[in-house]
Amino acid sequence: MAAIEATQDSFDQDVLQSDQLVIVDFWAEWCGPCRMVAPVLDEIATENAGTIKVVKVNVDNEGQLAMNYNVTSIPLLGVFKNGELVKQLVGARPKAAIMQEIAELLPSS
Amino acid sequence: MREVIIIGSGPAGYTAAIYAARAQLNPLMIASSVEPGGELMKTTEVENYPGFPEGLMGPDLMANFQAQAERFGTEIMFDDVVEVDLTGDVKIVKTGGGETLEAKAVIISTGAAYRELGLPREKELSGHGVSWCATCDGFFFREKTIAVVGGGDSAMEEANFLTKFASKVYVIHRRDSLKASKIMQQRAFDNEKIEFVWNSAIAELKGDVKLEGVVLENTETGEKSDLALDGLFIAIGNDPRVDLVENQVELSPERFIKVDGRSSKTSLPGVFAAGDVIDPTYRQAITAAGSGCVAALDAEHYLSSK
Repeated sequence: MAAIEATQDSFDQDVLQSDQLVIVDFWAEWCGPCRMVAPVLDEIATENAGTIKVVKVNVDNEGQLAMNYNVTSIPLLGVFKNGELVKQLVGARPKAAIMQEIAELLPSS
Repeated sequence: MREVIIIGSGPAGYTAAIYAARAQLNPLMIASSVEPGGELMKTTEVENYPGFPEGLMGPDLMANFQAQAERFGTEIMFDDVVEVDLTGDVKIVKTGGGETLEAKAVIISTGAAYRELGLPREKELSGHGVSWCATCDGFFFREKTIAVVGGGDSAMEEANFLTKFASKVYVIHRRDSLKASKIMQQRAFDNEKIEFVWNSAIAELKGDVKLEGVVLENTETGEKSDLALDGLFIAIGNDPRVDLVENQVELSPERFIKVDGRSSKTSLPGVFAAGDVIDPTYRQAITAAGSGCVAALDAEHYLSSK
């Protein structure tokens, strides 16, 4: 599944209630590194359909959500498991690096 | 096999690409998957790059570099180099995307990475008040009190830029004078929102889920004091990115790639280096571009004499 866009109203359902590992991408239009990492996250979502979900939060539109998670740098990737924020990655990074960071959080197959 | 592979896509890499492409060496640039364009992608206005009297935005300058390199046939791969073997006649370059590439010559222009303060909790608070990129993160500090640590041009640029958002910007510097260029210093001194905190180093970062302040230590007296902050921007310099090649080419004691005199020749034949990765001193876009040109000419000479 491709990345989906979340709002304050859908965040609970899209992220906190999800039974998959969720990467929340806090981003904005004006953020260059966010634009660079976006296609990487799309690939991760597509290649790991069923195990990893990618949810995008636009900090310009969803300021309250960004504030709730004390986001002061973007892109910030918040990794949620069973409704809990378990890991945060600041800054754009290559796909392999992201996958390596979250490997330990994935269900062992 | 390729004639030449260029690793890195800042001013040095692109200039090397332009020259190598015009010399018909069909260069392949490996530009990084998420940080193409290098350091200037994070800056705002570039005012000192010759040829642009009105100045231009860093990302626009890099887009120009890219267009010019591509115009002459540079092939650009937006991937990351994960491993190299440069010791033989045939240079081997492996990418994160799983490709193994071969070339007769390699130009290393991997630049430098932001230096960290090296304090406990720096990693946890990064993204929650601690930042390395004013243009990326300034937006989050509207009407807040923040500080920039550092005394060079990039620290001054960040401080000035951040006054667009923040109500107060401290500049924390370990000495009592700045390394920044005079024009950047003057701009900071003239800015009413900026206050300098001289002879001070950051001893501690405070805050649980987000940064709430720092403990400053006076570098002369050792006296400690608290400063409440919503944000801290770190601009204390860069370290050359040499981890790919450190066991293969000779490094200087300061861990820059060592080159022969004014050339770009490293300790290995057919391996050239340019830009911030060889330069502990000047580290400007224009000096990086100049050294990228040198590297391409050196590579061309090496290839034609083989």
